Amino acid sequence: MRRVYFDANATTPLLPEVVEAMRPYWIEHFGNASSIHQPGQQARKAIEQSRAVLAEFFNCHEAEVIFNSGGTEGDNTALFGLLHPGDHMITSSIEHSAVLAAARKLATHDIEYTFVDPEPNGLITPESILRAIKPNTRLISIMHANNETGVIQSVEEIGKIAANTGLWFHIDGVQAAGKIPIDVKQIGCHLYSISAHKVHGPKGTGAIFVKSGTPLESLIVGGSHERRRRAGTENVAGIVGLAKAAELAMHSLADGTIDKLAKLRDRLEAGILALPGTGVNGADASGKIAPRAANTTNIWFRDLESEALVIALDLKGVAVSGGSACHSGAVEPSHVLMAMGLDKTRARASLRFSLMKTATEADVDYALSIIPEAVEHLRRLAPVAAGTRG
Amino acid sequence: MPTSPIAVAMSGGVDSSTVAALLAREGAPIVGLTLQLWDQTRLAGKHGIPEQPKAGRCCSIDDVYDARRVAEHLGIPYYVVNQQERFERDVVRPFVSEYLAGRTPIPCSLCNDHLKFDQLLTTARSIGAEKIATGHYAINEFDEARGRWILKRPVDRTKDQTYFLFGLTQQQLAHTLFPLGRMTKPAVRELARESGIASADKPDSQEICFIPGGDYKSFITAYLEEQNETLPDSAGELVSAGGAKLGAHEGIHGFTIGQRKGLGVSSPTPLYVIHIDPATHKVTLGADDELATLKLRANRLNWISIAELRAPMRVRAKIRHRHEPAWATLEPSGEGEVVATFDEPQRAVTPGQSAVFYEDDEVVGGGWIL
Repeated sequence: MRRVYFDANATTPLLPEVVEAMRPYWIEHFGNASSIHQPGQQARKAIEQSRAVLAEFFNCHEAEVIFNSGGTEGDNTALFGLLHPGDHMITSSIEHSAVLAAARKLATHDIEYTFVDPEPNGLITPESILRAIKPNTRLISIMHANNETGVIQSVEEIGKIAANTGLWFHIDGVQAAGKIPIDVKQIGCHLYSISAHKVHGPKGTGAIFVKSGTPLESLIVGGSHERRRRAGTENVAGIVGLAKAAELAMHSLADGTIDKLAKLRDRLEAGILALPGTGVNGADASGKIAPRAANTTNIWFRDLESEALVIALDLKGVAVSGGSACHSGAVEPSHVLMAMGLDKTRARASLRFSLMKTATEADVDYALSIIPEAVEHLRRLAPVAAGTRG
Repeated sequence: MPTSPIAVAMSGGVDSSTVAALLAREGAPIVGLTLQLWDQTRLAGKHGIPEQPKAGRCCSIDDVYDARRVAEHLGIPYYVVNQQERFERDVVRPFVSEYLAGRTPIPCSLCNDHLKFDQLLTTARSIGAEKIATGHYAINEFDEARGRWILKRPVDRTKDQTYFLFGLTQQQLAHTLFPLGRMTKPAVRELARESGIASADKPDSQEICFIPGGDYKSFITAYLEEQNETLPDSAGELVSAGGAKLGAHEGIHGFTIGQRKGLGVSSPTPLYVIHIDPATHKVTLGADDELATLKLRANRLNWISIAELRAPMRVRAKIRHRHEPAWATLEPSGEGEVVATFDEPQRAVTPGQSAVFYEDDEVVGGGWIL
């Protein structure tokens, strides 16, 4: 069976170049970067070369890049590492759970939070951030691109607010990396977290930009790795893989690959919207959509449940997502869509399509040959009349 | 897809796992589905409900994990379907309301009617599977002569689950397979072991799946508190059949017909709950022989081997899960009601339970005791 993978916002496969770049660091160059000897120096060199690539990726100094285990660790570090009892932080209700759960945990340690809601189009307005500032506010944490809708936040505007009010600003850039250029200087943020596996790098590796002078405490303590900002023997192969993936991501942004990806996404979207009873979540009455990452669209389908559609499409070889999975793997309606004001029925009738930069016209054609029939079959067999779903 | 796959309802237990293994062995295309019905951590730690749910309760993380491992082992696609809201609406809510109304509910039958054989079948069909298979011990076959699907007691009488399946419609039976109906439990365990199913020796679940620890009174208190609802005050008197006051109680939901323990009344001879009056909150206690009843009335009927009950019929009636079906004459009685008159008086006929009527091994139909 042909398989099409439209769930890039969940994860992506390693590109062959990434695998090749990593390969030597598992066997030949296996040294511990903290060791004095030659094998150790080889590992150290690989890490520092990778750091230089990431510095270019963020547009920062090499010393401002810390390697870690990925997006969740970056998000957790930003919150746990900066805030103290009595502090207040501002974030949004559409963040990843790595931020939301960290904020709720801090609340048990006398650290307050405000979750700012987005507009119906998914955008967090700078005014809403400004309104949430209190005398004890220390940190603003906002995602760059949303995982469910792809909507890109006005981080430069928020950066200005942070600068004017003297607040720290962390950006969860996990879903932005590779899809839009990142320039931490221009944004004016203090922290920026990314994850390798969303950009065709390995799982379990990530990086956080920490602006020089930011008093960030390490979440993980132990040895003096990463300039005492992240203990633990470096995942050398992972770091090399992240750097190669970041390098390829910068190429893709420069050579038009991402622009082509946006056109493919638009074609898929248009094909689906040709079905009756569909729409892009976050679009206003005139169909206008907030700026989005090139690869993502979030579409609702009247009178059906996305859970069944996800399964039906998967059995026909098309992998998409219909919300976030809870501990058991059961799907919960997306908290992002709910925060944008969608009711539960509509949030449950929504699917996220997120394309990889390697997606082809043939992939989109195949998906469009499957989706209409699956939607029609589902609507015929399992009509979801209002209220039957509790 | 060349042939329509069969959706196997997988709970993570040995029975449904073996069904999946059996069908996979026969080469049928199958898809494993687990219904996520209740979040076991929801009321954990409240009002004496255990902090850590035990395995073998519905939807504990361990059970979903087990089901997923079985599906991986068999190499079949597997999905968890979230039906928590419907379960709460159609099973948990009525369960609480029934107790508060002085009746003793059977959540398993409600779950079968609303979730397992309604929602699951709908989900299965919407993903392209025309039939579902479950690990229930029952036999389901089409009878050409009568033109009806017939539900029969299984070969392993100790595992008979037909009592909980009387609500299945002809349409549901037509799309359902019970592959274990002609197997004994030991044979199922043996087959599970042979198939390399890790849960082969997992103990059978016995209690109500969403009530860890089995303390339904604590569950009702904790659930209503979570819902910001107050437990209705149904405290009242404990009385004898003659009307004499024997004591006081804190709420009628704490009682079930036939209950002997926890009455808070001392008596030289054992006393049992023989009647619960939801209007006056009076709970009547009496001797064992006062529990016996000759007749029962039931409504919300479903017929399986017959289209309709038009004339009196000799049946054996089963009035609770562990009851040996007793001979009775079944008669229609007004709109959507039947009366069963037993040959011998039966102990503890309990409103809220179901009455299921059998003719030899066949389920004639059933209803809910009034």
